[in-house]
Amino acid sequence: MASHPALVVNDLTKVYGKDKAVAVNKVSFTVDRGELFGLMGPDGAGKTSIFRMLTTLLLPDGGSASVDGHDIIRDYRQIRNTAGYMPGKFSLYTDLTVEENLNFFATVFNTTVEENYHLIKDIYIQLERFKDRRAGKLSGGMKQKLALCCALIHKPTVLFLDEPTTGVDPVSRKEFWEMLKRLKDQNITILVSTPYMDEATLCDRIALIQQGSLLSIDTPENIVKSYPDILYAIRASKISSLLKVLSTNEEVASAYAFGEYVHVTFKHEGPHEKDILAFLHEQGLEDIEIKPTEPTIEDCFIKLLKK
Amino acid sequence: MSETVIHAENLTKRFGDFVAANALTLEVYKGEIFGFLGANGAGKTTAMRMFCGLSIPTSGKATIAGYDVYRQTDLIKKNIGYMSQKFSLYEDLTVLENIRFFGGIYELSNAQLKSKSDELITQLGLQHEAKKLVSGLPLGWKQKLSFSVALLHQPKIVFLDEPTGGVDPVTRRQFWDLIYDAADKGVTIFVTTHYMDEAEYCNRISIMVDGKIEALDSPGNLKKHFQVDSMHEVFYQLARGAKRGE
Repeated sequence: MASHPALVVNDLTKVYGKDKAVAVNKVSFTVDRGELFGLMGPDGAGKTSIFRMLTTLLLPDGGSASVDGHDIIRDYRQIRNTAGYMPGKFSLYTDLTVEENLNFFATVFNTTVEENYHLIKDIYIQLERFKDRRAGKLSGGMKQKLALCCALIHKPTVLFLDEPTTGVDPVSRKEFWEMLKRLKDQNITILVSTPYMDEATLCDRIALIQQGSLLSIDTPENIVKSYPDILYAIRASKISSLLKVLSTNEEVASAYAFGEYVHVTFKHEGPHEKDILAFLHEQGLEDIEIKPTEPTIEDCFIKLLKK
Repeated sequence: MSETVIHAENLTKRFGDFVAANALTLEVYKGEIFGFLGANGAGKTTAMRMFCGLSIPTSGKATIAGYDVYRQTDLIKKNIGYMSQKFSLYEDLTVLENIRFFGGIYELSNAQLKSKSDELITQLGLQHEAKKLVSGLPLGWKQKLSFSVALLHQPKIVFLDEPTGGVDPVTRRQFWDLIYDAADKGVTIFVTTHYMDEAEYCNRISIMVDGKIEALDSPGNLKKHFQVDSMHEVFYQLARGAKRGE
């Protein structure tokens, strides 16, 4: 028998309150064993509700899902034994030390720190000198590392990481993703959510989510490939005036800031370089550069959001 | 040369033996968008708290909107706006009530409150939400509203502490449109962010590493200096050398 996927999510739905606000709207996707799957979307998109349903902390209002073949409603006990969960909000015991927290979580899952130390070694080494410090007194980055250790100490088969890098600087974010890659090599399935679009390329596959609905599921490469328009990057001495001027041009379909450039798509096929250059000069802009550019995941997400 | 609104010279803050902010020297000008970058734990928050008159420096000099950070902290607070990612507004007050509350705190008259809140609600397109609780608004709207509220009393400088964290890419850009508008009207913007593309939108930026300002220039000049193509690489080159693990 072929092994079943690590996660199967089918029309999963969550509705809150008397207003029946739909937080998660018929969401379906599967995650293969050992896959690093990213759920990309802004705050309020429904990412946390999905995590809480899959970790059996919240009952769905429709649809079904299974984790490692276990149904999230019927088999919640098995899931709680085999899943690791790092919530977006720091949820360890702030008045226990680093070491006490880790021992506590190992004991709750009937194991010892020694038994699975190989899984957390790389991460724990960075924490070791603070092992007698209370968790509440750790810095943000250290808290995040301890939370990951505690989520791993019972050797989960599936790891749920809800926005582990939100508010973390680019260097620490990069280090965190390197840790995830090493875990993936140990055949742990990882579902991770993030609002940072640049992290998408580090996942095997991603789902873009907005207002409770999935907009697209694929590999980052394929999502970028399916971008329908030709995208131009335009630069001028003053980016705010460039944006304003471009929005008045009738040929321009969309224009938005993208780092030091403005990314622009047009209503009709090009070439556009000459016309736009003349137009921008006429409008008094200087130091203009215009070139076709490859879209990124962020461009794809913006395109989907504007639909 | 444009008017200087933030002037700091060797500004330092110690906690015991720990030097959280080490001899910071910088000038920020009227109408400038100044990006204040650094890794977690580099000392950004400590520096911001001194600039906002919330924390008295250990040594060094600074004036904010012309007021001294040791002796005139109340005047500083009246002349700046502040917006953080964590605390935005009162969730259990309506949009209108929040505007009136913060306007009242900053001693706006009833007539000013009326005209200001009408203007702000129209500008943000929140006519239908004016009498709804803030808790029901999407995060992006809350952040736009709280930025506008931070500008209610027409401060000379507004401090924005990671205003766009977790916001979707379209709303993030709309937020920057508001920043540009404010800067065009002469308000100085002092902003922290972990999005390196946003660093490119600033006129100048500084990068803090282990309590010190290690780089300060326009994004273009910094890239030239470090011989790289993106601010991300500039940041990475500087911050990966950090010894202070938060």
